[in-house]
Amino acid sequence: MTRLTVPKTYKLYIGGAFPRSESGRSYEVVSPSGAFLANAALASRKDARDAVVAARAAVGRWSAATGYNRGQVLYRIAELLDGRRAQFVDELSRSEGISTAAAGAQVDAAVDVWVWYAGWADKYVQVAGNANAVSGPYFNISVPEPTGVVAIVAPQDAGGLLGLVSVVAPALVAGNTVVVVANERAPLSAITLAEVLATSDVPGGVVNVLTGSPAELAPWLASHADVNALDLAGAERLEWVDLQIAAAETLMRVLPPVTGIPGPSLERILAFTETKTVWHTKSLL
Amino acid sequence: MTSATAPTASVTTADAPTVLAPAERAIQTIGGDLTEKSLRLHLEGLPGVDAVGLEARAAGLGTRSIKTSSKAWALDTIIRMIDLTTLEGADTPGKVRSLVAKALTPDATDPTTPRVAAVCVYGDMVPDAVRALGAAHSAGRDDGVNVAAVATAFPSGRASLAVKLADTREAVAAGADEIDMVIDRGAFLSGRVGLVFDQIVAVKEACRRADGSYAHLKVILETGELNTYDNVRRASWLAILAGGDFIKTSTGKVAPAATLPVTLLMLEVVRDWYRLTGERIGVKPAGGIRTSKDAIKYLVTVAETAGEEWLTPSLFRFGASSLLNDVLLQRQKLTTGHYSGPDYVTVD
Repeated sequence: MTRLTVPKTYKLYIGGAFPRSESGRSYEVVSPSGAFLANAALASRKDARDAVVAARAAVGRWSAATGYNRGQVLYRIAELLDGRRAQFVDELSRSEGISTAAAGAQVDAAVDVWVWYAGWADKYVQVAGNANAVSGPYFNISVPEPTGVVAIVAPQDAGGLLGLVSVVAPALVAGNTVVVVANERAPLSAITLAEVLATSDVPGGVVNVLTGSPAELAPWLASHADVNALDLAGAERLEWVDLQIAAAETLMRVLPPVTGIPGPSLERILAFTETKTVWHTKSLL
Repeated sequence: MTSATAPTASVTTADAPTVLAPAERAIQTIGGDLTEKSLRLHLEGLPGVDAVGLEARAAGLGTRSIKTSSKAWALDTIIRMIDLTTLEGADTPGKVRSLVAKALTPDATDPTTPRVAAVCVYGDMVPDAVRALGAAHSAGRDDGVNVAAVATAFPSGRASLAVKLADTREAVAAGADEIDMVIDRGAFLSGRVGLVFDQIVAVKEACRRADGSYAHLKVILETGELNTYDNVRRASWLAILAGGDFIKTSTGKVAPAATLPVTLLMLEVVRDWYRLTGERIGVKPAGGIRTSKDAIKYLVTVAETAGEEWLTPSLFRFGASSLLNDVLLQRQKLTTGHYSGPDYVTVD
């Protein structure tokens, strides 16, 4: 017996919901050989604005969670990601034209990266923080704190899932919230990852995923006064110097473009933190 | 809301003809022998409201797209129409001073930002507001910022008439240019429209200053407690007949506060009054309007219902506190070309 296929509608992920683009636009996602795969939402600057509003609203709760709690939540995302392995493998092999084995390896790598970063959530403060020596009867302590809303251009050239995970996970570790522009040509696994996030314990708005043109969206995010940091990992082929100049207007923290996919590193976590230093008397008397 | 059950119509009160205070508008509209009965018959004679049609019309007016130069004009107009409000039990002279500072300089990064129409405070805060405004206090002039005071046992209105009048006189004597009074909703809902009428007339008289001029009287209907659109229309008409200069939707302390359909209905009433008498009455939606997008819907509704002559601070106001910051963010976006954030406006 024949049956009709049920094609999936890929939408945006903003504030814990899956809206269509405010502009009503969509674009065709095709495989490397040119075969039609799906329609994805083509986000507009107003979707980016809405995503920043949602991300800003989520900062309070996510950054106030204990490092241990954030680590647990992030670890659970890795579990759920692994549970959807078959779907990710299918999407990756179709949209990136890679073998099932290569797609499987990418999903495994993405899960591993996520677990690696989840482990840092309750440890990075010990590594990056410090008890400073001062000449007086005081404790002088420096601790890293999340900077706020991080806008990210995900790697565009390869690894739709691994690239996204490698830039989103480090920003989340410290308690920042994220607005990420997915891989333009292979956005399907980004939206499927959003479905994983929506069914995990991450509060809505902590991660917001936009699909569409980084060239169109990145300037609005870079100049947005309510964005605290900008990760240009996938902006190699954009006018990224202009983006850095726009970001400098509001003193954003900026990470430069990366060729390929950035490997796991503590530096990516600390890039989105600010150092708070407090004094406290040594004696309680 | 349905138009079928209107408590004002179903409850009757004393049989004896109660003679009401001789308000000029009511006498000219209803006739010389103004009694509770003649007023009630007049109000009950108002046509019923088509609730479905009203809500559909309001929803339709909310779909207009206002862009670029029209939007810039709308944002500045909204700012000039705002009654910047703080009505909290925890209000302090310091809070009122910072409210006034915000009213005078809404956006410190852009001196071309217009000033708001008025600051709206509790009666006992009027001296602080007047002092903080200093030379910028309009005090009867056309330029400057007005001081509006809520009076008559705001927000419930549950006090004797003597208390309400003393409340009003004190605020006027302290320098309030506008008085926002609440009607006695309990009396209105139980059919005692004459009582409500007489109280408004008395408060209007209490708004008279020593030199014979009057503070502007805004009559708060608290539409969220009136239950039906028919009641809103009757209360609006009643407030105008009794001498109100403005009719205002809500105190902001009751949900639902201002809604677009209710405001549309009140605008229709002032339009009808204008057609009947040639006199223009103001409308003030208050409470629950927090975004520029919402406020622009109200402007569209004003222009399409009462007419563009109403798009002036003397005939239309927004009672709001958080709306101003959102308008400023939108204004900064239009001026600078990039999105702004809450770090660039004051913390309320």
